[in-house]
Parts: sequence; C-alpha cells; structure tokens
Amino acid sequence: MKPVFTRTTGLTDKPFHYCPGCTHGIIHRLIAEVMVEMNILDTTIGVSPVGCTYNNYEYFACDMIQAAHGRAPAVGTAIKRVHPENMVFTYQGDGDLAAIGAAEIVHAAARGEKISTFFVNNAVYGMTSGQMAPTTLIGQVTTTSPFGRRPEFEGYPINVSEMIATLRGAVYVERVAVNDFSHITKAKKAIKKAFRVQQEGLGFSMVEILSTCPTNWGKDPVASLRWMEDAMFKQYPLGIYRGQDLEV
Amino acid sequence: MSNRVLMKGNEVIAEAAVRAGCRHYFGYPITPQTEVMHYMATRMAEVNGTMLQAESEVAAINMVYGAAAAGARVMTTSSSPGISLKQEGISYIAGAELPAVVVNVVRSGPGLGGILPAQGDYFQATKGGGHGDYRNIVLAPASIQELYELTVEAFNLSDRYRMLTMILGDGALGQMMEPVEFRDVEPIENVAKPWALTGRKGRSEHNTVTSIYIEADVMEAFNNKLQAKYAKVTENEIRVECVDCEEPEIILTAFGLVSRICRNVMQLAAKEGIKVGLIRPITLWPFPSQTYAEIAAKPSVKAFLDLELNCGQMVEDVRLAVNGAKPVHFHGRTGGNLPTQHEILEHIRTLAGRNA
Ligand SMILES: Cc1ncc(C[n+]2csc(CCOP(=O)(O)OP(=O)(O)O)c2C)c(N)n1
Ligand code: SF4
Repeated sequence: MKPVFTRTTGLTDKPFHYCPGCTHGIIHRLIAEVMVEMNILDTTIGVSPVGCTYNNYEYFACDMIQAAHGRAPAVGTAIKRVHPENMVFTYQGDGDLAAIGAAEIVHAAARGEKISTFFVNNAVYGMTSGQMAPTTLIGQVTTTSPFGRRPEFEGYPINVSEMIATLRGAVYVERVAVNDFSHITKAKKAIKKAFRVQQEGLGFSMVEILSTCPTNWGKDPVASLRWMEDAMFKQYPLGIYRGQDLEV
Repeated sequence: MSNRVLMKGNEVIAEAAVRAGCRHYFGYPITPQTEVMHYMATRMAEVNGTMLQAESEVAAINMVYGAAAAGARVMTTSSSPGISLKQEGISYIAGAELPAVVVNVVRSGPGLGGILPAQGDYFQATKGGGHGDYRNIVLAPASIQELYELTVEAFNLSDRYRMLTMILGDGALGQMMEPVEFRDVEPIENVAKPWALTGRKGRSEHNTVTSIYIEADVMEAFNNKLQAKYAKVTENEIRVECVDCEEPEIILTAFGLVSRICRNVMQLAAKEGIKVGLIRPITLWPFPSQTYAEIAAKPSVKAFLDLELNCGQMVEDVRLAVNGAKPVHFHGRTGGNLPTQHEILEHIRTLAGRNA
C-alpha cells in the first residue's frame, strides 16, 4: 500500500501526550515540517517552555533545551549569541510568555534578537488546570475566574502581537490560527516566513498561534474550534502586525 | 598590557574571565560590582565576545543557562539582591549539569540592605539558595591576586565537573585596588562538550538539555548521580590555607578579606606571647572539615574564634567540623563594619586567659 501521509522527520518517533482535540500537536507538526522543508533541521536549536509542552524537546528532532517558566527568550538569546549561524526558536504558551515571561519576550524583541518565537495562545493556563491567563477573554470562566473575567477585578486581556509589533526590533509579527485546513496552511506559511526572516538576519520574528484547550475550556474538540472562531477571533484578529511588506 | 598591573577587583574578575576563555558575559547593573560590566563592554569587543546587558538578573542567569548549554564558557556577576533573583536559574543549571561561573560581590542585607561589604550570603552560597538537592563549588578569594587565580580556576572546575562555580567576594574586594600579576595559573583546560547544543550537524541523535525528571525513580537516580559527583568534588577539590597551625593556643578562622585582618592580629598576639593560628577556607563548598577536625585534636588548642562579616554563618560549619572537641566562639560585624584588630585581640586575650 502506498502511504498517503507519513510523520515528518522533523519530529522524533515519540507519540505526543496532548489531550484529544488539543491543537498543540498540529503546531508541532507545522514547525517540524517547515524545518525539514527549509533543510534547517541540522542547524536549529529549539527552546521548550514550562507548560503543557514542557517536554516537546523530546518531540522535535533538532537540538533542544528546556527553559525555566517564561525565560525561553533569554535562553534563546544566549544560544543565538553563541551560535549566530544556527537557527533558534522558542515555543511558548500564553502564561509562559505573556505573564511570568513578559519582560523576557519584550526585551528579546526590542533587542531585535535574531530568533523566532512561536507563541501559542489558548486563553488559559493549560498544564496547571485552566487558570486565568493574561490572554483570557472578558467574561471567560476559568478555575481562577469562576465568575467570568471581570475587567474591574481581573483586568483586560493582553494582545501580545499588537504590543510586540510596536517594537522596532520585531521585524515580523503575525497572528494565525489552526482551526481549519486553510488557516493551518496560512499558519505554516507564517512559520516559514519567521524562519526566513531569521535566516536573513533581519531581526526578531514572532508568530502568535490561536490554539485550543478542550480540556480546560470544558468543550469537546469540535465545539472548541467553534469557540476559537466565535470568541477568540474577535479579541485576537488574525493578520500581519509587523512586516506586511517583507519579501523573504 | 604588562603582566603586573594595579587594578580594581571588579576589573580583575572581568580580565581573568577573558583570559580563561570566557567570551560570553551577561549582567545587570548593581553596586558594588558594576565595573565588571563596564570593563566587559570594551574588553569583549576586543576579543570578539559578547557582553550583553540583560533586562534583569533573572534574564541574565537564564542567558547563562542558554550559553552554557550551547557549549560556551560563560559568566555573570552580581551582588546580593541580584544573586537572590538568580537562584531559580542556578538551580536549573545544577539540574541540567551545566558549567557556568557566577560571581557574588556581596553587600550587606537583608532586603535592599546597604552597598558596603559583607559576608551575609554564606548560607545562600553554600547551602543551596535555590530549590532542590544541589551544590555549587564556592571559592572565597582574599586578595586581588587570588581573585584573578580563582576566577580562572572557576572556569576549569566548572567545565571539569559540569557544575556551577561561584566566587564569593565582597564589596571591598570588588572595589579595592592591588597589584595583580596575570600569570598563567594553570593551562586553560579545554574540556570536550559532546552534550552541547550546536545544531545536529550530521549527528544521528538530537542533543537535549533539561532538568526535568518526572518519574520518581529517574529523579532519584539523577539525584544519586549528582551526589556521587559532589562526593568526588569533595574528595579532590578542597582548598584551605593554614597559618601557624603547628602548636597554637587559639585558632582564628575566617574567609575572604577578614582573614587579612586576622594575620595582623596574629602578630600582635605573638608579641604578647599568645600563639595564634589561622584556618582560611578557600573552598567554602566543599568545606575543609577534615582540617578543622585535625587541628581541633591538637592538645595545644584551647579554642576557636570564627570571624565573619555577618551574624554567624560559616561558624555552623566550623562547629560541625570541630564536633565539640574544642569550644568555637564567634565574632561578627555587619552593615559594612569591619572588626578592628583591637577588638579581635581583646577576644583572643579572654579566650587565652591573659586578661590583665
Ligand atoms: C516559576 C514557576 N512558576 C509556576 C510554575 C507552574 N506552571 C507550570 S505550567 C504553568 C502554566 C503554563 O501555561 P501556558 O504558558 O499558558 O501553557 P499551556 O500549558 O497552556 O500550554 C505554570 C504556572 C512553574 N513550573 N514554574
Ligand atoms: S491541557 Fe489543554 S493545552 Fe494542555 S494538552 Fe490538554 S488540551 Fe492541550
């Protein structure tokens, strides 16, 4: 029988441990496929976060390091400074990047570090069981916002891409989603563009990827995709926030 | 640069690191160690290295973690409050078995404290500071020359054992000037780092650097491995200086600059016919416990007097080592104050029973 789909060599053989319907796995595959297509698997060093994907260093087939909660951009910065000829990416959730690691991402971007960040926004803390994240929507119920996020008590969501796009060192910032085939295709293009920007030494690049967390959203996988489209797309409009005219 | 020069301690730390092959330095300004960064800013440019001013000490130590994992000789320096912020990263470095050099030019605390010299971070440096069962090698220089030599040595030790080496200095050592000769203390070792992240570059397996051990047995096995390594360091790397310890009545003990005040007091005591010896640990971890035990067993020894710029920290290790064989007394000053020679002499007279 002729195989119609094979696992990319950008990933190891280890099976993912993610919940059914979680889109972290899709995002992993896209990054891995891009590394293979760009022929950079041998030169890339990835940085894993603290979060549900803490051990994705076991999944990506390139050299990998696990970083302390929120500090991946600092770790990636140093690796790139030691090996400027290599490609470096960080993979971070919204608790990791936008809460505890808010300083590190802002400064890595402001310095124009030649690294790429893949920022997975699922509007909750996944791993620690669904607490409110900086990206949690107004009115969204989480384990630490049981009455729904109230601006007067819990403040407002942070639109990370819009914020990072204000920094000159960030040359390419785009928000994508992995809810359906056409968006997944666009997401892959964005990931490739981020690596290209890095390859050409242009500066910092970030792709924010809207992702599901069926387990902590309390929804089945399909309903989760619908909620992403109906609720998250409103707060987090897809599109290029920096580098619209970049040709790479 | 000629080989013998008059230099400030903080600049010597930076120059020593460069001479030891360190090409990556990450820091954040804090008195009294900021001159390390100033010096590195130009010196690293000369040698095609990197001096990066991080956004915080937290970022700086995580940069050290990244650079060490990438196979580089790397250093960060800071002072007490900044070193507190680095503790999570230091624990990760231990957990991932990475070689790195961290310098603490200690100021007085707790809290924001003061910028004057102190030794109040002994506990933090030698007993952990961060979370989990780990150790750092801790070196305590007592002169600018030794600061140079131990900084170079710190890189060798770190690479040899894949662990973090901390230089525990103090504000005075960082700020003062003394002649220093940049002699080659030891050939710079080049330890192979097959575990380092370089990109696979044809390697069949990917390298991974992590400190996560989710399963109980795997975590325990890793802890046992670390302990075995620490036992080896304890066996091989203890450094201690003993002065006039053949037949003393009183043993002074102190680390860092305080030991130099002790040397002056020893001469004053000798004039009064009191034989005083000095034990100066150079490695605070591993601690030279054996040396204390042996000297405590000498019949001539009446008592130990431990001197520190804190409220009594190393004295706990001294007491454990002496193990009740002889009384161990403590004399401490804080806030940036130093014990005067007269103060110490008075204390010695009392212990020796020579009060007029
Ligand atoms: C210093 C520190 N604080 C807290 C934690 C606990 N912790 C582990 S994962 C996590 C949240 C991660 O959430 P997010 O970044 O949104 O990633 P997700 O799990 O949703 O993919 C937290 C708070 C930790 N490991 N370290
Ligand atoms: S908890 Fe949420 S983010 Fe984590 S694996 Fe499960 S679905 Fe994915």
